[in-house]
Amino acid sequence: MSATAKAVNPAAPSAGPAGEAGRRPRWTPGRVALLAAALVLAALWVLPLAWAVATSLKPENETTRTSLEWIGSQITFDAYEKVWASGDLARWMLNSAYISVVTTALTVATCAMAAYGFSRTAFRGRRTLYGLVLAGIMVPPQVLIAPLFAEMVSLGLVDTYWGVILPQVAVPAMVFILVKFFEGVPRELEEAAHVDGAGRWRVFWTVVLPLSRPVLSAVAIFTFIQTWNNFLWPFLVTTDPNAMTLPVGLVNVQSTYGARYAQVMASLVIAGLPLLLVFAFFQRQIVRGVAHTGLAGQ
Amino acid sequence: MTATAPTAPAPPARTAARTGAGPLAAGRHWTEHGLVFTAPFLLLYALFLVWPVLLGLKMSLGDDNIAGTDSEFTGLDNYAEALRDPEMWSSLWNTVWFTLLSTAPLVVTGLVLALLAHHLRVVQWLWRLSWFAPFLLPSGVVGLLWLWMIYPSDFGLADLLLNSLGLDPGIGWLTDTRYAMLSIAATTVWWTVGFNFLLYLAALQAIPRHLYEAAELDGAGAWRRLLHITVPMLSRTTGVVVVLQLLASLKIFDQVYIMTGGGPDESTRPVLQYVYDAGFTGYRIGYASAVSYVFFALIVIVSLIHLRMTRRSREEAAK
Repeated sequence: MSATAKAVNPAAPSAGPAGEAGRRPRWTPGRVALLAAALVLAALWVLPLAWAVATSLKPENETTRTSLEWIGSQITFDAYEKVWASGDLARWMLNSAYISVVTTALTVATCAMAAYGFSRTAFRGRRTLYGLVLAGIMVPPQVLIAPLFAEMVSLGLVDTYWGVILPQVAVPAMVFILVKFFEGVPRELEEAAHVDGAGRWRVFWTVVLPLSRPVLSAVAIFTFIQTWNNFLWPFLVTTDPNAMTLPVGLVNVQSTYGARYAQVMASLVIAGLPLLLVFAFFQRQIVRGVAHTGLAGQ
Repeated sequence: MTATAPTAPAPPARTAARTGAGPLAAGRHWTEHGLVFTAPFLLLYALFLVWPVLLGLKMSLGDDNIAGTDSEFTGLDNYAEALRDPEMWSSLWNTVWFTLLSTAPLVVTGLVLALLAHHLRVVQWLWRLSWFAPFLLPSGVVGLLWLWMIYPSDFGLADLLLNSLGLDPGIGWLTDTRYAMLSIAATTVWWTVGFNFLLYLAALQAIPRHLYEAAELDGAGAWRRLLHITVPMLSRTTGVVVVLQLLASLKIFDQVYIMTGGGPDESTRPVLQYVYDAGFTGYRIGYASAVSYVFFALIVIVSLIHLRMTRRSREEAAK
């Protein structure tokens, strides 16, 4: 990898913590104090989540008591049953899953191809076009909501999956990250495959992509999280509850739960759970993906 | 599309070197592949980024309504109106105020949490889970959770906890103009500090061990090692984290919209919500576009600072 690529990726594997794992410092009083501070801070961060779960498990008529109680007279899943039975949550979850998967697949595919084109082929206007793409890093999608919405109206894509997906696919920062990575892939490997008779597509599929698996998964993870959690654009482009994503539907339906506190909390737990579960299983990959992609792009 | 290229900033200069030699780059019969590889991306990019940028510019120069029917060219009227509009300025100030309020705590807390996790070196999963997991929650979940935690003064968690400590502040966390923005900033710190935490943690792990070992031999205590090795070694990361945080904070919308709707008395309404109010509920999409571009100018200034910084750090790295 070139020096520039390292500059945007301080998580370079060579300096990882693996080498020091064996050397664990002793428990001096100072270190015990640090541990205590960390535990207090961790508890502070977990508190709101714990409160959501605790409230969602109380009987509805006990949720507005004015004394601090973590557990009600009984633990009940009533609120979950009621919220789930309304059907909307399941629908929005499927919408979110579909939209996030398609957006991620399209983003990885188009950005990887474009990055390869920009870093390894020669064509007229290549540098100008790449400059134009890089300039796009400075344009946050949020400043385009008005014209983008007008465009969606004239394309007839309001309240459709494609209306949510298409504006989220062409992310210049992802092209930039991938170009930086491809520049570090040794040309000799590609040339050897070429000498063996592989065409450009074969070289891309069988040599470059397999070598790029870490960076591709980083881009995919980052894109998936962004899309799953995106609020503003899906909120603007969907008005039909059947087309809404999970975060948008949740906010939209708020008023209908009224003061049913346990049900509100149950719906939040259901909505927050999918990504947290994924995180529990893929902690390492997600942490690496976010740290790597986050620094270079955004 | 190419017509806009001359106005684009010029970062591509450094891409020139890499076309270089080698049969692949020179292979003339592969020239057309370049366009094939880049075409799908460029098509989507043109349709959903370049075109809206131009369309927004055109719309900002007319009196478009949201239905897009018979708009008239009005020149710079929208911009002149925006610059005279006290509501535009107060929403822009709210955005800047939130950015100022949230950036320092988000950066400093991120660093402190990363230092704790890095030095403790035990139960890493616990630190990552508790500090980073909230980042993975949608803004809808975070906004509603905090709304219900701090808004009800009789049964919300915040007041229940304060009461159990013997305090009865009786503060309208979201209804008092003095506290509403602070509450939103606190919510945001809880929600997104995990991102900065991860960036700092990665940077800490990249500091060479031998620096600490040498300092230890020289008799430097933990505090001096922190001040004279760790903090200076993190300066580049800090620069990047600060700029990324500024850019993220400037785009504030979700939490405010969900928790206060911009109130009380519009005291928390950010500029993006003003764009939404003018364009999507007020139907003046031409005016909304003009306000967007005023906001865009602010973003571009911060981005240009970012660009200069990354270029400088790249030059330093190359030395």
